[in-house]
Amino acid sequence: MGIQIAMTVNGKAVDADVDPRTLLVDFLRINLGLTGTHVGCDTAQCGACTVHLNGRAIKACNVLAVQAQGAAIVTIEGLSPDGVLHPMQAAFKDCHGLQCGFCTPGMVMSALDLVERHPGADEATIREQLEGNLCRCTGYQNIVRAVQQGAAAMAK
Amino acid sequence: MYEVEYKQAKTVADAAALLAKTGGKPLAGGQSLIAAMKLRLAQPGTLVDLSGIADLHGIRREGDALVIGAMTRHAGIASSTEVKRAIPALAALAEGIGDRQVRNMGTIGGALANNDPAADWPAAVLALNATVVTGKRRLAAGDFFKGMYETALAADEIITAVSFPSPKKAAYVKFPNPASRFALVGVFVAQLADGSVRVAVTGAAPAVFRATGIEAALAKSFTADAAKAVKVDASGLNTDLHATAAYRAHLVSVMASRAVAACG
Repeated sequence: MGIQIAMTVNGKAVDADVDPRTLLVDFLRINLGLTGTHVGCDTAQCGACTVHLNGRAIKACNVLAVQAQGAAIVTIEGLSPDGVLHPMQAAFKDCHGLQCGFCTPGMVMSALDLVERHPGADEATIREQLEGNLCRCTGYQNIVRAVQQGAAAMAK
Repeated sequence: MYEVEYKQAKTVADAAALLAKTGGKPLAGGQSLIAAMKLRLAQPGTLVDLSGIADLHGIRREGDALVIGAMTRHAGIASSTEVKRAIPALAALAEGIGDRQVRNMGTIGGALANNDPAADWPAAVLALNATVVTGKRRLAAGDFFKGMYETALAADEIITAVSFPSPKKAAYVKFPNPASRFALVGVFVAQLADGSVRVAVTGAAPAVFRATGIEAALAKSFTADAAKAVKVDASGLNTDLHATAAYRAHLVSVMASRAVAACG
């Protein structure tokens, strides 16, 4: 039996009839075509699927679409609606905070939640708070630098 | 994931009725349940979502007790000024659960109902002699935890809140598995308002338990050295690819001593 859901995604109201077992990440990617949100491990460990649900970073592969009923969702596509990079995205580009790029959307969405909750975080705090995001290229040095630079740019 | 039906409960009574009628499972944050369903380790016919029940959210004081609503997320507990003021060890414990994304979804009630052998919250509830409040009754911590993934909850019984009495001192220290970050051994030490000492251990055995030997030692002398000197019996503790029972037994004393030191 399908369930009628409605939410806002990147500021736009969307609604759909979904199978209750549909994961939020599949709803975003398949129903809405927002393929910037990646599926990495599909077991809630790697964080590539991180999006914001009512302003909090969550793993969209471990949340059902029906759990986002009435919520405001922001994906990586929602950060630069007019094509201009968000300061955090620009920092990842400047600092070479990505190698293959697969984990990057999740890293950026996670970093934004981190900056919101820990403004002025030091390097140790950033590393600890990025625990839910894995980079298989092991490019953590530059990712941490990117988060620091992005946080500084956002504070301006 | 197998096919499943989904219902939104509006009240605790509504949720209990839906669970009784469908034989389904309550859905809190889903951070363990949905992962288990994806792996086909769990196969509920119906999920009854508790997130829309307003009464289950929030943190408040009731006399000397700190009462945390069952659907309060770990992240909300970690950042709560009320929790930091009343029982800072609980805020620190919440901040150490999983990772930030998991803390943003996972709830204290869900974690207690799941009673994972390596979960952090059961140690706090048992050590602080907290009361688990359900839609039907109030359960003392000692009566709530029954075994591996087992609690005293009936199939249609829902945790509504947890009431923590304020202790004199409390701290939680865990030795996280380097990969999963779950507690290989976690120890919550509390000196309660009446001066009694309770020590609860997670991760080491099939379910949370009280380290009575360490409690007795700390009752005589509340020092890190006293905790460390206790030799914990390894029989009944877990052996797996991460650690032997003997190693876990050793870690119990070490984590207990660090928790005593952290009590200040």
